[in-house]
Amino acid sequence: MALNSKIPAGSLEEKWEKYKSTCKLVNPANKRQLEIIVIGTGLAGASAAASLGELGYKVKTFCFQDSPRRAHSIAAQGGINAAKNYQNDGDSTFRLFYDTVKGGDYRSREANVYRLASVSANIIDQCVAQGVPFAREYGGLLSNRSFGGTQVQRTFYAAGQTGQQLLIGAYQALERQVALGNVTQYSRHEMLEVVMIDGKARGVIVRNLVTGELERHFGHAVLLCSGGYGNVFYLSTNAMGSNVTAAWKAHKKGAYFGNPCFTQIHPTCIPVSGDHQSKLTLMSESLRNDGRIWVPKKQGDNRKPNDIPEEERDYYLERRYPAFGNLVPRDVASRAAKERCDAGYGVGASKQAVYLDYASAIQRYGKIEVSKQGIENADAATITKLGKEVVKEKYGNLFEMYEKITGENPYEVPMRIYPAVHYTMGGLWVDYELQTTVPGLYALGEANFSDHGANRLGASALMQGLADGYFVIPYTLGNNLADDIRTKAIPTDHPAFVEAENNVRDRINKLMSIKGTESVESFHKRLGKIMWDKCGMARNAQGLKEAIEEIKALRKEFWSNVRIPGDVNEFNPELDKANRVADFLELGELMCMDALNRNESCGGHFREEYQTEEGEAQRQDDQYMYVSAWEYKGDSNFELHKEELIYDVVHPTQRSYK
Amino acid sequence: MEHYHMNLTLKVWKQKNKNEKGRFETYQVKNISSEMSFLEMFDVLNEQLVAENKEPIAFDHDCREGICGMCSMYINGRAHGPWHHTTTCQLHMREYKDGDTIVVEPWRANSFPVIKDLVVDRQAFDRIIQAGGYVSVNTGNAVDANAIPIEKHDADESFASAACIGCGACVAACPNASAMLFVSAKVSHLSLLPQGDPERKTRAMNMIHQMDKEGFGSCTNIGACEAECPKGISLENIARLNREYLGAMFDGGSQNAI
Repeated sequence: MALNSKIPAGSLEEKWEKYKSTCKLVNPANKRQLEIIVIGTGLAGASAAASLGELGYKVKTFCFQDSPRRAHSIAAQGGINAAKNYQNDGDSTFRLFYDTVKGGDYRSREANVYRLASVSANIIDQCVAQGVPFAREYGGLLSNRSFGGTQVQRTFYAAGQTGQQLLIGAYQALERQVALGNVTQYSRHEMLEVVMIDGKARGVIVRNLVTGELERHFGHAVLLCSGGYGNVFYLSTNAMGSNVTAAWKAHKKGAYFGNPCFTQIHPTCIPVSGDHQSKLTLMSESLRNDGRIWVPKKQGDNRKPNDIPEEERDYYLERRYPAFGNLVPRDVASRAAKERCDAGYGVGASKQAVYLDYASAIQRYGKIEVSKQGIENADAATITKLGKEVVKEKYGNLFEMYEKITGENPYEVPMRIYPAVHYTMGGLWVDYELQTTVPGLYALGEANFSDHGANRLGASALMQGLADGYFVIPYTLGNNLADDIRTKAIPTDHPAFVEAENNVRDRINKLMSIKGTESVESFHKRLGKIMWDKCGMARNAQGLKEAIEEIKALRKEFWSNVRIPGDVNEFNPELDKANRVADFLELGELMCMDALNRNESCGGHFREEYQTEEGEAQRQDDQYMYVSAWEYKGDSNFELHKEELIYDVVHPTQRSYK
Repeated sequence: MEHYHMNLTLKVWKQKNKNEKGRFETYQVKNISSEMSFLEMFDVLNEQLVAENKEPIAFDHDCREGICGMCSMYINGRAHGPWHHTTTCQLHMREYKDGDTIVVEPWRANSFPVIKDLVVDRQAFDRIIQAGGYVSVNTGNAVDANAIPIEKHDADESFASAACIGCGACVAACPNASAMLFVSAKVSHLSLLPQGDPERKTRAMNMIHQMDKEGFGSCTNIGACEAECPKGISLENIARLNREYLGAMFDGGSQNAI
């Protein structure tokens, strides 16, 4: 099947405006007859479900957590970008678009990114109207801060809890629609199959995680808003339950998977402390605004950080990238940390960490406060005290979190950080309308591949999730459903539903009947180690080939030796996890195949064979200026389709942050 | 910080489902690192149980960063354990020493029925939000975000109330199983902002009405909710809710209530 990205004609600025004014509409009476299924209730899912409910569609939402408000969007800390130019510092829709395309290392679609940038300002308006308490200045107006990969202040935030506040805003809008009867909400339900009728997605099979029962639900369309698949690495900053299952089931029903190997490794996470570790914790990128990153100039220096004098510290980001300094994009910062640690300059017990230091920020803010408060001849202790107060107001909750996890006080001792898996730019391939290659099946937010290319800029995930849900899908879904108004709801005793449910039941029974000796957790850990070692921050052909074989062998072992205690028809978290890990064991292989196919480095995908003399990612635009869209053909069998990327406006160059 | 290892005795509530009676089971865990989180210690225990072909303990958890509000253990008689302003997932084992016994129970409240072991059903909170915990604004209706300046103090106060993670520790800690701190945090978050003002009366009335309908107890100003809240939601919110509620009653807000 040839890929049709359905990008509207016209200049970049006109495309979305023209689309909106010419797309087909569904009248209110017909909307009431159209049923929509939304899988996942994070920013993309909750905002889509609420907006579609407001329009009058009959919506059902499903989430595996106990409430829609738990979705992992909630953990996003730093902020959300919008081209408001409130700071008068030269921002514009075009500049946000340009930064995002460049940050993505020229592997995203221009038309999508431009649309994202142009609706960004509406998102902030909408959230403020919902009562999202963004940070404000004394004049009562909204405050902004900087983020990596940009030179303007366009990031809106609510302390270090921006994702939480935006999700609560979307959740409240969703609950309002539940109260009005437009949305029915199903918590502790997991989607395990897409039901296809006459070549279209017409429903889902979900498992009630409390009772274990399988349920059939019809929908004229199915929206997957199920997030990313970073947990394929076992250790990541994702929530424990985050998984690829919904997207993977869709993939196996014909939805192509786009750029699966594009993974974001976030530079500022708390380092691994031992084998017991279950997940990694992010320290917001906003900390790089004021913190300075360094390692000792001497290899294997075991002195305490505060005993290492200034002139013996290597602020390597400031040294290598003077223009952006500590605010280079995430992929660049992560690789630079890995490079220093691999070269023997790492710190802490594991030597797999670098310092993020607030000492100079504390002094700088302290001096500003002294001058603000008119204190004459302030002593060093006063300056430090006042400086700490300012830092506390800006980053207090993050510092507290660091202290709880490590037992160290970051106001006194530099934090230790190391990169960790954080986000997946890859996901289900979608066209401009967010529709996958399966008609009637859509993917929104992190679950799709569309806007971030090979590397996502900070504070852009929240922007994309809400753009897709509030401002894109209400138009594009209507455009397609306008042709479906004569389709009556299909009863769920239709043979396709029966067959889909039977398939799910057979698979669950097969898993339960293995009765092996090794836990699900243990298989997940082993998969994660293969992925991190061979398909992580740096990859090479040899390692990827090995990884593919190792994953195949591990998958075979899983299906013959996994042990799942408990019963099918009860609350059984081990079974839930087994369903998810089984899918990760298939996805991991595809990620390695994709990484192996892409003989270039770009953004977060770093192939050791392809780097500049200075160790930067080297793209091969003449060969790889395309989106890899993989079609599932059977076990270990995937066919590659290519969507050529055409840059009409931006001219791809070697990214430089120097 | 000094790292060490410890052996512990755990007494954990086991309950097959909401209909069957539960009981405490005793478990031994060995070689627990002081650097583990409390839930990682439970992971170790569960792996051990799977290896022994026994059923692991069901507990709720997701983000493990203290923000999603899913984790919910009642540890040695305290919601989320002994650390101030801390969820269970952020409690770390350096709190304990070798030989300690730790008792772990689910949230106990009639309005939060046990699903299994330490997992409870908190959908009553969703229904309270459905009763009015929102601003009625459809997508696309918003004016420019800076059109209405909001005093920094009000915005900060509103944010402090909005920081509630809906975990239910306040209910679990309260001898009356009252949900007043949860409800008051939401009412405060919205009524402190100009966007929430038009619906403030019906919101307070309807949310309280739903809270009562769900069977949560009444507030008798004990303050255990504030003491155990992992996000430091203040009792001031309850005072504010009482004012909102009275104001709504006297202003005839009840006419608009359900």
